[in-house]
Amino acid sequence: MARHRKVIILGSGPAGLTAAIYTARADLEPLVLEGEPSSTSDQPGGQLMLTTEVENFPGFPEGILGPELMGSMRSQATRFGATFETVKASRVDFSVRPFRIWVGDPTTEDSTYVADSVIVATGARSLMLGLDSERRLLGHGVSTCATCDGFFFRDRKVVVVGGGDSAVEEALFLSKFASEVIIVHRRKELRASKIMQDRAFRNSKLSFRWDAAVVDVLGEDKVEAVVLKDVNTGELNELAADGLFVAIGHVPNTDLFKGQLTMEESGYLVTGPGSQTNVEGVFACGDVQDHVYRQAITAAGSGCTAAIDTERWLEGQEHRKALSD
Amino acid sequence: MATGKPITLSDGSFDEEINGSAVPILVDFWAEWCGPCKTISPILEDLAQERADSLRIGKLNVDENLETARRYEVMSIPTLILFKDGEPARRIVGSRPKSALLQELEAYL
Repeated sequence: MARHRKVIILGSGPAGLTAAIYTARADLEPLVLEGEPSSTSDQPGGQLMLTTEVENFPGFPEGILGPELMGSMRSQATRFGATFETVKASRVDFSVRPFRIWVGDPTTEDSTYVADSVIVATGARSLMLGLDSERRLLGHGVSTCATCDGFFFRDRKVVVVGGGDSAVEEALFLSKFASEVIIVHRRKELRASKIMQDRAFRNSKLSFRWDAAVVDVLGEDKVEAVVLKDVNTGELNELAADGLFVAIGHVPNTDLFKGQLTMEESGYLVTGPGSQTNVEGVFACGDVQDHVYRQAITAAGSGCTAAIDTERWLEGQEHRKALSD
Repeated sequence: MATGKPITLSDGSFDEEINGSAVPILVDFWAEWCGPCKTISPILEDLAQERADSLRIGKLNVDENLETARRYEVMSIPTLILFKDGEPARRIVGSRPKSALLQELEAYL
């Protein structure tokens, strides 16, 4: 028998946990399927679990560590009665009510859970380059987590690919350990915010390779060099390096909802009015439906919106049911 | 012999513990600052207990024991190395769910 819940929240980044705090305080006893351990940003707590200092979350004048912030949000949700399962949904069926959600084997007749409403907060994960050599050398110089692995690159030379805030943030962090950090970016200028750019240009360990893409990683047992391609001329050249960190952007975690929830071509969920998806009773918040702002605080804000939308919608359902009885 | 708890390893005790182990020993190379290390830690504690007869879990803090980490060319944490008869038999990089971890280890236990 499938277990029944009023609200199930998929995901546990700032959006999912804020939705959990609000729905828990509304006595809706939310269940959060928080995700599975991994060394990528697709894990319980989300992308902030791989960051160090968060400097722009209001209320923390001295900054706060990403994992610490997420730990506090989780405790806050727990305090009001939210419960957590460290699993990922393997299949959903939003065509019937209550909605059906599977965990583990997706082929079973019965779903693991049924839910009156669902809040989708599965977020986005970092893109990798998608090279065979990148996969082969993962853990041998190629890293998905600069904060975990920066330490191993003391006095070594590393390459960071990308030009946005995350790339610059990783490069600055790595400059504490590495002897040299080279940012490889396919444009002529950074996309990162002004404050991050200023820090990057002031840092003497950082240098830049503009108009360039990494097309291969060289090395037998560990990273020895990357192959750069000039995006204008197509010319290839090697750049010696001991480490490679990739921060070229994100993709939303929406594979699970294909064919059921309306999404943009890029995979981001379409919402509105408010956090409503195309399926009444299914709401979405955070990076899974936002490729513009993508901040911890905007995700948290939209998590709150989704919780209030959910609460009102459930009340409306109760009311309709009472009238028809 | 089987205590059911992870044992703490160091540069000084590493070889002795690895070579002296009658059952395979899975070494977790970890550090305090590593978020994914924290997510795999409770899974390893479970395994230490559930598989106490066929597996030991060793914890090596890379921050305090860089020599051993360097010797096994650990460049990413968490890295788990399974030692069988004193030799590395399997290397797993990155945190993952318990079921996935067991799947990768099953053949060696």
